[in-house]
Amino acid sequence: MSNVPADLKYARSHEWVRSRGDGLVEVGISDHAQHALGDLVFVEVPTVGRTLQQGEACAVVESVKAASDVYAPVGGTVVAVNEALAQAPELVNQDPYGKGWLMRLKVDGAGAGELLDAAAYTALADAG
Amino acid sequence: MGRRTPLHDLHVAQGARIVDFGGWDMPVNYGSQIEEHHAVRRAAGVFDVSHMGVVDVRGPRARDFLQRLLANDVARLTRPGKALYSCMLREDAGILDDLIVYFLDPQWYRVVVNAGTRAADLAWMRTQAAPFAVELTERAELAMLAVQGPAARAHLAALLAPPDAQAALALPAFCGAALGGWFVARTGYTGEDGFEVMLPAGEAAALWNALRARGVAPCGLGARDTLRLEAGMDLYGSDMDASTHPLESNLAWTVAFEPAGRDFIGRAALEAVRAAGSARLLTGLLLGERAVMRSHQRVVSTAGEGVVTSGTFSPTLARSIALARLPAAAATPGATVQVDVRGKLWPARVVNPPFVRHGQAQVDLE
Repeated sequence: MSNVPADLKYARSHEWVRSRGDGLVEVGISDHAQHALGDLVFVEVPTVGRTLQQGEACAVVESVKAASDVYAPVGGTVVAVNEALAQAPELVNQDPYGKGWLMRLKVDGAGAGELLDAAAYTALADAG
Repeated sequence: MGRRTPLHDLHVAQGARIVDFGGWDMPVNYGSQIEEHHAVRRAAGVFDVSHMGVVDVRGPRARDFLQRLLANDVARLTRPGKALYSCMLREDAGILDDLIVYFLDPQWYRVVVNAGTRAADLAWMRTQAAPFAVELTERAELAMLAVQGPAARAHLAALLAPPDAQAALALPAFCGAALGGWFVARTGYTGEDGFEVMLPAGEAAALWNALRARGVAPCGLGARDTLRLEAGMDLYGSDMDASTHPLESNLAWTVAFEPAGRDFIGRAALEAVRAAGSARLLTGLLLGERAVMRSHQRVVSTAGEGVVTSGTFSPTLARSIALARLPAAAATPGATVQVDVRGKLWPARVVNPPFVRHGQAQVDLE
């Protein structure tokens, strides 16, 4: 089944959040999500400096099959985006928790408590 | 749970991702749809298409029946084994299905229909068959595998007894033959060379595994869809259905108006459309930007609005391609129209399908 690293937090909308301990988080989509989407062909990331509300549509991952919105799992300001995805969207399929990261946010603190741990996300993904 | 082909458990065991397709549980891919697509364009892939319906039509008036039933003319089939692509129409020329009919002998034809329509097709055929006293038999005990790609024919031939292999390799395009209990035809839905093989369900797993052992890639319906769209082939239920007729579905070439005396179902309605000129036409679209056209998206042109009927990312061309039904005046190759992709209008160029044939781009990318 899909890979759900224990050290990450997850949104119900299938994004993952890695805390970097300095008020910064890294965000991507889960292995379950990339698997459901299939081969990605385009990834559209937000512009650096944009302020995101938790739950706001902020990126688009488009596969051969369909386009899907990515929602900000926490509120914050975009401080970096994964430029490599413009040329190599397949990185999200190949390494969703590593080279396939989407963006880094400076967190504003809102909403982080609503994220799921790995066990809860696994239950959600298996049910869906 | 949907209906399952004889290979369902094998697909699951071999890692297929299963989706619902017209009430059938079918493999959509075995990992990467794009890799499966490239395997068919560059070497060979195998698809389980056992969900399609095989119907044998037998009787002294089988030919008369099919000349009435189908918009294309089975009288064009003179050589045993030869196949013909046709639409089956209602009286108002709405398309009930598209199908392939094989001429096996003067009293025996074989029709292959779509999975989603097979029950309705059979019911329609039975109703229309009454005056012709033909026997219609659904061959549900057969499985069907499509082996497609530039290397596909050689891979299948290597698994046949030498005389059968020779006969298979000698088949002209769009012809089939009964070989050792199997029916092998040089047909497909990918724009590549290859075979479709109808065989007893109990023998299908062994053939599947033997092809895989030779390096033929297992392929799902995802790759089948991108391959057929690159090849400019319509998909029933997306590009045409009972609300559309062949002349607005890029299928005028499949309607045999000659001989004028052949009274096929839908003829009168189509004659009227032909006389007036079809108001809409199905054509290809090519998008240069980093966006992907999808079915149901709106197309805007100076001649009015149209709609995308099938759209995808073309793995071969690395850009988005589509089939779209446009006002006839907008469907001019080379013209630019606008496609509403998720709320934003993108310029797309009207092109004549196919986009790709035998591994080669058929459209100018710039």
